[in-house]
Amino acid sequence: MNRLLLRNADDGDPAGGWNRDPEGIQAEGVDRSQIAKTGLRLFLAVVSSLFFLFLIAFIARSQMVDWLPLTEPLAPLANPWQLWLNSAFLVFSCIALQWSRMAARQVRLDATVIGFVVAGVFAIAFLAGQLWVWQQFVAWGYFVASNPANSFFYLLTGLHGLHLLGGLIAWGMIVAKFLHRVPLPQLRASVELCAIYWHYLLGLWFVLFALLTSTPETYEAIARLCGLR
Amino acid sequence: MAYAEQAETEALHEPKSFLTRYIWSQDHKVIAIQYSLTALFVGVIAVMLSGLMRIQIGFPGSLAFMDASAYYQAMTMHGMIMVIYLLTALFLGGFGNYLIPLMVGARDMVFPYVNMLSYWIYLLAVLVLLAGFFVPGGPTGSGWTLYPPQSITQGTPGVEWGIVLMLVSLAIFIVAATMGGLNYVTTVLQARTHGMTLFRMPLSVWGIFMASIMALLAFPALFVSAVMMLFDKLLGTSFFMPAMISLGQQLDHQGGSPILFQHLFWFFGHPEVYIVALPAFGLVSDLISTHARKNIFGYRMMVWAIIAIGVLSFVVWAHHMYVSGMNPYFGFFFAVTTLIIAVPTALKVYNWVLTLWQGDIHLTVPMLFALAFIVTFLVGGLTGLFLGNVIVDIPLSDTYFVVAHFHMVMGVAPVLVVFGGIYHWFPKVTGRMLNDTLGKLHFWITFLGTYAIFFPMHYLGFQGMPRRYYAYDNYAFIPQSAQELNAFITVVALTVGVSQLLFLFNLAWSVFKGKPAGGNPWGAASLEWQTPNTPPKHGNWGEKLPVVHRWAYDYSVPGIEQDFVAQTVSAEELEQMRQLSAGTRIADVKP
Repeated sequence: MNRLLLRNADDGDPAGGWNRDPEGIQAEGVDRSQIAKTGLRLFLAVVSSLFFLFLIAFIARSQMVDWLPLTEPLAPLANPWQLWLNSAFLVFSCIALQWSRMAARQVRLDATVIGFVVAGVFAIAFLAGQLWVWQQFVAWGYFVASNPANSFFYLLTGLHGLHLLGGLIAWGMIVAKFLHRVPLPQLRASVELCAIYWHYLLGLWFVLFALLTSTPETYEAIARLCGLR
Repeated sequence: MAYAEQAETEALHEPKSFLTRYIWSQDHKVIAIQYSLTALFVGVIAVMLSGLMRIQIGFPGSLAFMDASAYYQAMTMHGMIMVIYLLTALFLGGFGNYLIPLMVGARDMVFPYVNMLSYWIYLLAVLVLLAGFFVPGGPTGSGWTLYPPQSITQGTPGVEWGIVLMLVSLAIFIVAATMGGLNYVTTVLQARTHGMTLFRMPLSVWGIFMASIMALLAFPALFVSAVMMLFDKLLGTSFFMPAMISLGQQLDHQGGSPILFQHLFWFFGHPEVYIVALPAFGLVSDLISTHARKNIFGYRMMVWAIIAIGVLSFVVWAHHMYVSGMNPYFGFFFAVTTLIIAVPTALKVYNWVLTLWQGDIHLTVPMLFALAFIVTFLVGGLTGLFLGNVIVDIPLSDTYFVVAHFHMVMGVAPVLVVFGGIYHWFPKVTGRMLNDTLGKLHFWITFLGTYAIFFPMHYLGFQGMPRRYYAYDNYAFIPQSAQELNAFITVVALTVGVSQLLFLFNLAWSVFKGKPAGGNPWGAASLEWQTPNTPPKHGNWGEKLPVVHRWAYDYSVPGIEQDFVAQTVSAEELEQMRQLSAGTRIADVKP
């Protein structure tokens, strides 16, 4: 085998396959919003990995004998109406944000702003509601260290809340821009990003909600499925 | 397919003052240098800690302050700094930041502000970590794996403050790494210049790209374990802490699972090996191809091997836990996946060797380091096959054989690439060459020295010398010869440690006094060597972004006199070069 053969063994320039446009003749312009969307989606993948690992830890820990379920008849999540109420706040928040997003696409400034502000207010209501649930837990004597089920409840709801709080910081910055009369086309991408993030956090919340209010039998079934038992 | 066309029209975050140019800079090149210098700084601390440990092992009792606690603290900080704060930060934050935009033809990272934040948060993580040395009780001495319950139980050094600072520092580091990782991946996906297809990217970019994806997915596992352990330590929860009696007292914890921590830690810990190794694989591929003046053998295979290793590295973690009492079927599964991962890894080694075969090998300093990497990685990788088998691992576990293995494969090997990479790209970063004589001296002392340090450790491991002991004298099962070998290793380790001053001196001296390098001193084909200015100015490419017409490995192309064809050379220009070369050859023959 000589050098030429070695070279040809790889067929020279391997561009192809994934490469629709190797010569760059049809180069498409990519706007900043596309880049930001890619960045956000990657970030959501990271958040998914984080919560997935927390949930695996949750299931593994739930199989220990000292686990006291929060869904027992006299436990705080036996009737989780407060969590349902909070969920409704978050759903309304997402609906308002989606409405704002669609209005922004149609360049309707008033509707965009109203939807956006309402979304934030509902999100704040959700967070306040979650704090209220925590307060109830404390009032009932369900402290963070009393039982691993409690620890996970505080940890998971707290982390989810922190993520929403981070979103609300971005929301506040965009509201400030609206107040400074920054033109809508410049803010449309930001509204889109907020909406994607909000919808993700709503989906994540329902996963957490379902898991936190499930019965020990469900945990056991999941643990068996995952080989953790 | 996406191109950075907008970069041609958009205003860049132009620096306006000294502060925004060199301190609060959003330029990827400045951030890369900031990352690299900080990482090298903590690296020096980690080397000094290893020197102290070696003095204690080789000559027990010769350091008055080195009691068992101080030894464990030095060991913990050495390991954590080397793995996380030096290697991860240097490969991704340093090399990744510098090379990705230049190699894919972008003006900068896609989120420059986040990139800047990433560095400052990394620096904060380093400061919090180092603060451990100054708090009551000192840094944690629980070993770099921080296994509970021991790490947060009385009796372990640094149990009050040190462990908290370590966990907080790790959490902060992960935030920084995530910010950086999002930038690296998005830049590769969205900001490549015209013609820079994924399969035309240099393998350095592929390695860093895949490692960044892995970091984004694996670091959350460390974050989860750090947060849960902080809860256990500070709030009294029992995620990992079982019921136990400590110093005669029944602790408040009960029911926690230390094994759960091990699973989470190693779900991060094993990909971490490849988060360090994949960039090293990529960089070394480019070094070998450039300095052997030959296209990389099996480019596509190399790319797929990087991807395969990245994916497989997420399903091998429990081979670090064979002695934790896991189900034997699990052990079988993880042994199989561990051995499977050797296939794409071996493929890469074969391809490096085949790239060298019949190459026009220039034994430059970067090439020496690259060759040394192949040999070292091979030795470390082969002992990995030993340890990947449960039945061999169990007797060797917790012996110096393991210390030898992981230092060879993920300590020395990547560090050799770091050195090779710095010698290779320093001319682009500063416009000056590093001193060759000092470089070769540094290479030979480091290469031979690290073998003299770590190779004998395999024998110590076979003899049954355990890891993590503070002193090895006065144990009946450790022969005197082992102690003599330990003294020898210590002497060499100190020599190698001190010899790194040669490298640091070379860096500092060459920045100001080094031989001017010109734009492309190695005659390299990849894009970063084709910048209009060296060092590249803000925005990298002048007015127009470059257009890429070929891969990064066109070396010794038949019919072309110049022994490389840059990625920016079009087919027409190549034809002209061919005709010119033919003309030159005819002119040579005629007289």
